[in-house]
Amino acid sequence: MPINPDYVGRTYPVSAPYEVSRVKIREFADAIGDPNPVYRDAEAARAAGHPDVIAPPTFAIVISMASTGGAVGDPGLGINYAMVVHGEQQFQYSRPLRSGDVVTAQTTISGIRSVGSLSMMTTSTEIRTTAGEHVCTAVSTLVERGAEAPAQEAAS
Amino acid sequence: MSEVVSGTVGYDEVQAGAELPAVTYPVARLSLVKYCGASGDFNVIHWNERIAKAVGLPNVIAHGMFSMAQAGRYVTDWAGPGATVAEFGVRFSAPVVVPDDDAGATIEVSGKVEEKLDDHRVALSLTARSAGTKVLARARAIVRLP
Repeated sequence: MPINPDYVGRTYPVSAPYEVSRVKIREFADAIGDPNPVYRDAEAARAAGHPDVIAPPTFAIVISMASTGGAVGDPGLGINYAMVVHGEQQFQYSRPLRSGDVVTAQTTISGIRSVGSLSMMTTSTEIRTTAGEHVCTAVSTLVERGAEAPAQEAAS
Repeated sequence: MSEVVSGTVGYDEVQAGAELPAVTYPVARLSLVKYCGASGDFNVIHWNERIAKAVGLPNVIAHGMFSMAQAGRYVTDWAGPGATVAEFGVRFSAPVVVPDDDAGATIEVSGKVEEKLDDHRVALSLTARSAGTKVLARARAIVRLP
């Protein structure tokens, strides 16, 4: 079943505040295998011009994915999550996320389209500090494979 | 390869069209388990071979975001600690298949300086391959250099 196109333009509620911590940044950097000291050592981060330890560029997915989950799980959309893979991802940063940031995320469905047996939904998630400063916009395209779609084409 | 650069890069030193040296990053099953925990993405296709094969995949596959993170590391290692990433985008064109053996898989990332922009920004185009297949397409980053 294709994703319900009536949901384009829908904006979901602002998330609860998320506090970016040194411990979580280090865990994430360890998991991606990146030993860069600016993700671990506040002195190294300050020497590079940052107020505290910064997060790797893809760290924002931790925050944005929790927010887009609210949209993906919306029963009216009709998404079969077991058949969903990640199609595209973009980040636009005003500055790096860093330890001590307290941010919220808000997701809007910016596009839904179907091509053959594939349905695609694009979401845009704004990540701002609780003071209102824009830090990052994360744009994700999820692909729902239809039953007859070849898995290798779309999976990631 | 017309130019080999690493560490801290200054905007004035960068030349449009310069090819950046390729780097190969390993991916093992343990990498995916750790990434599941750190990212919160526990989709079974990233750790359960039985279910991955049942839904038509050749084996367990890496998170697309794990591959994107390797491309991100490639960019930040090249640009150095004084640079910041302003934009970063990819399309996931094929999965990185990670077998349950001692070797695992690898992701080879290469890049090119696409153009120099204003405000000390530089656009890079990136390519990532695994087992000879392009796994990231239309991969592009804009970094602000010192």
